[in-house]
Amino acid sequence: MIQAIVFLPLIGALVAGLLGRTIGHRPSELITTTLLLVAAVLSWVVFIPVAFGDGLAGAVVEEGGHGAVLKVEIMRWIQVGDMDLRWILRVDTLTAIMLVVVTTVSSLVHIYSIGYMEEDPHRSRFFAYLSLFTFAMLMLVTADNFLQMFFGWEGVGLASYLLIGFWYTRPAANAAAMKAFVVNRVGDFGFALGIFGAFMVLGHIDFDGAFHAVSELGEELPTMQFLAWNLDAMTVICLLLFMGAMGKSAQFLLHTWLPDAMEGPTPVSALIHAATMVTAGVFMVARLSPLFETSPFALAVVITIGAITAFFAATIGLVQNDIKRVIAYSTCSQLGYMFVALGVGAYSAGMFHLFTHAFFKALLFLGAGSVIHAMHHEQDMRHMGGLRKKIPITYAMMMIGTLALTGVGIPGTSIGFAGFFSKDAIIESAYAYGGTLGSFAFWMLVVAALFTSFYSWRLVHLTFHGSPRDAQHGHSEHPDPQHAALETHHEPVDDDNADDHGHAHHGSAYDNAHESPAVMLWPLYVLAIGAVLSGVVFYGMFFHEVEHIEHFFAGSIYVDHELIEAAHHVPLWVKWSATIAMILGFVTAWFMYIRSPETPRGLAERNPGLYSFLLNKWYFDELYNVIFVRPALWIGRAFWRGFDDWLIDGKLTEGLGRRVQNVTSWVVRLQSGYLYHYAFAMLIGVAAILTWAIAAGGLLQ
Amino acid sequence: MTLPLFFFYVFGTITVASALMVIASRNPVHSVLFLILCFVNSAGLFMLAGAEFLALILVVVYVGAVAVLFLFVVMMLDVDFGSMRQGILQYAPIGLVVGIILLLELLLVAGSFVISPEIAASPAVPMGIGIDNTRALGQILYTRYIYVFQGAGAVLLVAMIGAIVLTLRHKPNVKRQDPATQVARRASETMEVVKVKSGQGL
Amino acid sequence: MGLEIGLGHYLTVAAILFTLGVFGIFLNRKNVIIILMSVELILLAVNLNLVAFSAHLGDLQGQVFALLILTVAAAEAAIGLAILVIFYRNRGSIAVDDINMMKG
Repeated sequence: MIQAIVFLPLIGALVAGLLGRTIGHRPSELITTTLLLVAAVLSWVVFIPVAFGDGLAGAVVEEGGHGAVLKVEIMRWIQVGDMDLRWILRVDTLTAIMLVVVTTVSSLVHIYSIGYMEEDPHRSRFFAYLSLFTFAMLMLVTADNFLQMFFGWEGVGLASYLLIGFWYTRPAANAAAMKAFVVNRVGDFGFALGIFGAFMVLGHIDFDGAFHAVSELGEELPTMQFLAWNLDAMTVICLLLFMGAMGKSAQFLLHTWLPDAMEGPTPVSALIHAATMVTAGVFMVARLSPLFETSPFALAVVITIGAITAFFAATIGLVQNDIKRVIAYSTCSQLGYMFVALGVGAYSAGMFHLFTHAFFKALLFLGAGSVIHAMHHEQDMRHMGGLRKKIPITYAMMMIGTLALTGVGIPGTSIGFAGFFSKDAIIESAYAYGGTLGSFAFWMLVVAALFTSFYSWRLVHLTFHGSPRDAQHGHSEHPDPQHAALETHHEPVDDDNADDHGHAHHGSAYDNAHESPAVMLWPLYVLAIGAVLSGVVFYGMFFHEVEHIEHFFAGSIYVDHELIEAAHHVPLWVKWSATIAMILGFVTAWFMYIRSPETPRGLAERNPGLYSFLLNKWYFDELYNVIFVRPALWIGRAFWRGFDDWLIDGKLTEGLGRRVQNVTSWVVRLQSGYLYHYAFAMLIGVAAILTWAIAAGGLLQ
Repeated sequence: MTLPLFFFYVFGTITVASALMVIASRNPVHSVLFLILCFVNSAGLFMLAGAEFLALILVVVYVGAVAVLFLFVVMMLDVDFGSMRQGILQYAPIGLVVGIILLLELLLVAGSFVISPEIAASPAVPMGIGIDNTRALGQILYTRYIYVFQGAGAVLLVAMIGAIVLTLRHKPNVKRQDPATQVARRASETMEVVKVKSGQGL
Repeated sequence: MGLEIGLGHYLTVAAILFTLGVFGIFLNRKNVIIILMSVELILLAVNLNLVAFSAHLGDLQGQVFALLILTVAAAEAAIGLAILVIFYRNRGSIAVDDINMMKG
């Protein structure tokens, strides 16, 4: 069954990718989607006994192991020296959660894409990529050793690259794809080094062996020598591993690729850049929680980076105008929440937020996709407005997503949307962690919650409420050439659809806005159910009672009893803080975008520095451009001109060629063509050899 | 001085002198004639060494065939040999140097060689005692060296065919018989019987 | 030099013949016919050596080799002269100076 879950998407990807041209688009879509649905159903079959029954079916508690684990060996992979590496699908509670999240969201996105990508001429390729991504992600979450995880890690990176650059005719998409890949290289480099370090220090590359080695470390922690420093080995390893997580999960300093990744099709954003791939970093840290628990410093770094990311991404989200970018920064921010949870030791809370976030963020993205679809690929919120009447179902779905994201609920009770439970759990854990770091993280998260609420409602207000702002919006006045390119790409080839896309020729996007087809709405319904209920239903397993958590996770992650107990007994104002922040944000957004829509403009004009600072994303792109990109280009140019052109081409290859020509043009004179010259050469040679023979013979004897 | 030694000096001197004239004479015809003289005297040297068969072969094959072939060619080709002697001394110095070096070295070898006793004691093909040279050669040529001998024959055959192929040419205007065509002819293709009425002609 | 004909006598004559052949090639570089004759002289010198050693060692093998060399020399002369004839037929000259089509 596990094999089926993992390999069905691969089969789908291969069929759609290799045979897509032969069998056509529609069969490719149906095959990949069906296989994914089967995988999703099987995942739930695996998950439900874990969540509600008596644990994972078929799992065994290994002697000296850390919990109930189901291992399925696929094959022996690598055997080098002491390393006996087997390709094993490892399923425990942590994996089961991820299996459910990945396959569910992926299958819904597959279904959604059938509608969203309807006009695209390369649909089968798109579905092949989606399924390939799903396979890689499943490989990642079922990894039993570092190397398998790295395989999945790079696989999702590749799929992400391919999908961001799916519309390869658009330069912006290509640039974004490359940026995502290159920035991830930085993180992956750290991840790889971390794996090497773990293998070197712990001597095991499989998780069980590594965890066992960690538990036997004792007080004397191993150290490693780097230049003149004597470093704590576990801290170094954990920081390097976390570097990989930062890259993949778009944390502060390595976040720059995520907003640009929105150049990809919207279903991709929902699947990869909201629900699954970006949470790989969170999953990895949770999976390796025994390692991270050995290094307080590394955990402190995780908290700090997470808190900064949560705050920083939220501030940028306040002023962005592209509907997808707002959600992208929101994702970034929410990932920060998760890392804070991991850092303070509330791994279950982090996984809880990952779980709920996957539903409501995918819902938001797919809802945004529906809006974009309705507006004929218009993404700028300033050109939307009043869409509530035009696309009521999408509006309702987006409302649910927003309520879930902002964490609406009544503290102290079990009433609330998904985000309410998981976010509050994290905020309370951060407070319970205590100390300077704890309160720093707590306040950062609370402020971020306020901002989250503000930008989420701002999005809703700008998009759905108020009056349409695109009355004069026509094709000729298109403000952004990038969007024009997008539209060109989506221009229907045949004239039958021309009326559907009349806005390109006449009228406004608002007038032509239409509700999405059912195939796009059904995934929204399913996700909406998840966004509403996943918090209530799973609160008990992830956060409510320590015993329940222990039973649920069955040793797959580290559970800090004291912290969770403390988190449940935080002061009342802490419990209410997130809700109050949420209400404040809502009120502000309502005031600024419904009550007096001139306010934002005035605010921006009064604080131009702050506004452009936020609008330009804290100038990170510009900073990196100056620090890394320009010098890299300069070095590359130097090597190109100086090394390659001048030395290799000029001196070595062409220079050698010229030398050869020179020498031969001199040697060729020996070939006079006159017979006697050859005869002379021969005879002189005979004389020389004879002389040599006599001289050598005479001298040697 | 014994008689053989005397003859050796006579033949040797004439051989060397005529070899010198082969390369030095102005007229190629003279060169060929000196070459013949050289060969004949070499044959005398062979005879003195006891190789009667080879000596006679040298006279018959070389003097009778090869040298005469040279003579034919020289006479047949209407070449201005005088002009070929221009610049004859251009490469003479280097030739002289190489030649003297070679000569000195060869004489050095000739004067100071030692034959190792094992080789002297065990000849590959011992010369039969009381059996004449021609018979002895024949006995081993057709037995032990039969393949080499046949190979030599093949070389000569190939050379002969090669020479013929190289020099043969068809002159287009010469009428020749073609027996195959003649035999293949039929009366019907070549002959027509015509009934001629008297007084009318054809 | 003793009263008997020694190996040294033959070797000396052969050495002189060989040297004259080599020198002849240098001297008559323009005349292919004389070059061919010089080659014949060189081969004759070799034959003389073989026969001399054969007689000295009482070994017939040397004479067999000499016979083979004679064969090859005859073949070489025949082919060489045939080439000379057709060359003359085509070019109207046998001057070696005119033959430099092998020039690189």
